[in-house]
Amino acid sequence: MEFYLTALILGLCLSAMSLGIFISMKIFKIPDITTDGSYTLGAVITAILLTAHWNASAIIPMVLIAGAMAGTLTGLIHTRLKIDALLAGILVMTGLYSINLTILGRSNVPLLDVQTIFSSLHLFTASIYNDATIALLFILIITFLVGYILRTDFGIAMRATGNSASMTRALGINNNKMKIVGLAIANSLTALSGYLVAQYQNFTDINMGIGIVITGLGSVLIGEALIKWWNIRSIMSQLTVVVCGSILFQLVLAFTLSIGIDPNMLKLVTASFVLVIVIIPRLKKHD
Amino acid sequence: MIELQNISKVFNKGKVNEVIALNDISLTINKEDFVVLVGANGSGKTTLLNIIAGAEMSTNGKILITNTDVTRLPEYKRSQWIARVFQNPLSGTADELSILDNFRLAAIRTTKKKLRLGINEAFKKRVREQIASLGMGLENKLEQAMGTLSGGQRQALTLLMSVMDNSQILLLDEPTAALDPRSASLILETADNLIKQYNLTAVLITHNLKEAQQYGNRLIQMNEGKIRRDLQNAEKKSLQLQEMFEWFN
Repeated sequence: MEFYLTALILGLCLSAMSLGIFISMKIFKIPDITTDGSYTLGAVITAILLTAHWNASAIIPMVLIAGAMAGTLTGLIHTRLKIDALLAGILVMTGLYSINLTILGRSNVPLLDVQTIFSSLHLFTASIYNDATIALLFILIITFLVGYILRTDFGIAMRATGNSASMTRALGINNNKMKIVGLAIANSLTALSGYLVAQYQNFTDINMGIGIVITGLGSVLIGEALIKWWNIRSIMSQLTVVVCGSILFQLVLAFTLSIGIDPNMLKLVTASFVLVIVIIPRLKKHD
Repeated sequence: MIELQNISKVFNKGKVNEVIALNDISLTINKEDFVVLVGANGSGKTTLLNIIAGAEMSTNGKILITNTDVTRLPEYKRSQWIARVFQNPLSGTADELSILDNFRLAAIRTTKKKLRLGINEAFKKRVREQIASLGMGLENKLEQAMGTLSGGQRQALTLLMSVMDNSQILLLDEPTAALDPRSASLILETADNLIKQYNLTAVLITHNLKEAQQYGNRLIQMNEGKIRRDLQNAEKKSLQLQEMFEWFN
């Protein structure tokens, strides 16, 4: 039970990133690989500031700004230098590896004797329930805020930009500016996942972001399948389903481990699982 | 209202596939003029419309809108004056967004897109009343995705969206080209009514000479990037369909 609860908490922590990928991939139709770098960036900043005895809540704005800067850079390279979004993301992600390593100073920083966001609640005797409550509250607030933004006039303009560029230009929207802002928000959310996961697992590792985009992508694809299945129109419900997708993804991985698959094969299992999620709707279409 | 001064547009300049789409065009479109543009394929009609809208930048020349030099202004900035209806019904609306979301964006065309919830009951009522005027029964489907509607319905809604904010110019690029005759007739009638009701200055591109004869107060024929004929008011009214057919022979 505790094993699956851990997977659920991890799913909640990673769901901020899934919301970010939902914005970049589903709203702007941009495959943003910056994710791998900005996720680690969030964790790196968290580790450095926590070990410098910063309050865990005070770190949040710093993590959001750092993630936004990474996304803005990708957006600027893509829109101003007219470089393909995929390549722009790869370039920033690659550059971020060196930046993250420079900030962190070494490849791994443990966070054992510091006050994390998860040590701020003592509602239950078993700490895992406190962790779950913190993660749930955090993600509820984030989902509500993202949902609110996407329902505002600015948010509608954002959603339209990825949908019909000719229409938005004719309606007075600067598409390039919108893409930059969208990527900034997406990577802020991704960095926030790094912030949560680093504190939950009590360490930051320079390689923790490698391939994390696949996890986010898988969560969004699960969410998208459910959105289509249930024909969900409300943006707030769509975001909630993406969060559920993130949790479901982690639960499936936990189940895979529980049946005895070698943990070294976890990345392969993750990639295969995402492949299956992508393939199933296509197989149905051929029937 | 719109003043084009010595406008030229050359595609692939200096290359083997160089095309002169517009050749030194000067044209003044007065306030509340309804100009119909006709001409063979490749005569430069759409390029001219794109240059007015800012979707294309002219190679040479100057464009003034209400005496403001807009020659280098991008399309999204010119939208403070200009509304567009595209040839493809899918281009003027966002199919994943609801009808209401599409209309909200149209209603804030000339203003800043702020972090505020703009869709309230008053706004819904306004959109419902506007859409009801079409008589298509779409006024009770405001939450429906735009992508679920037919091309004709989307084109009609795009027209209504063009008058949701303070636009003064309406550019219609073959808005009926992809529609069946019944939808096409409804779209042009709606456009004509809106142009009159909101005192818009309009430019319509069409290949249908009957439509060209029926609508507008001014008819311009283009050929090889130049204006060949420019007929106004009484001169346009007296024009016979047969005479127009002969322009293309």
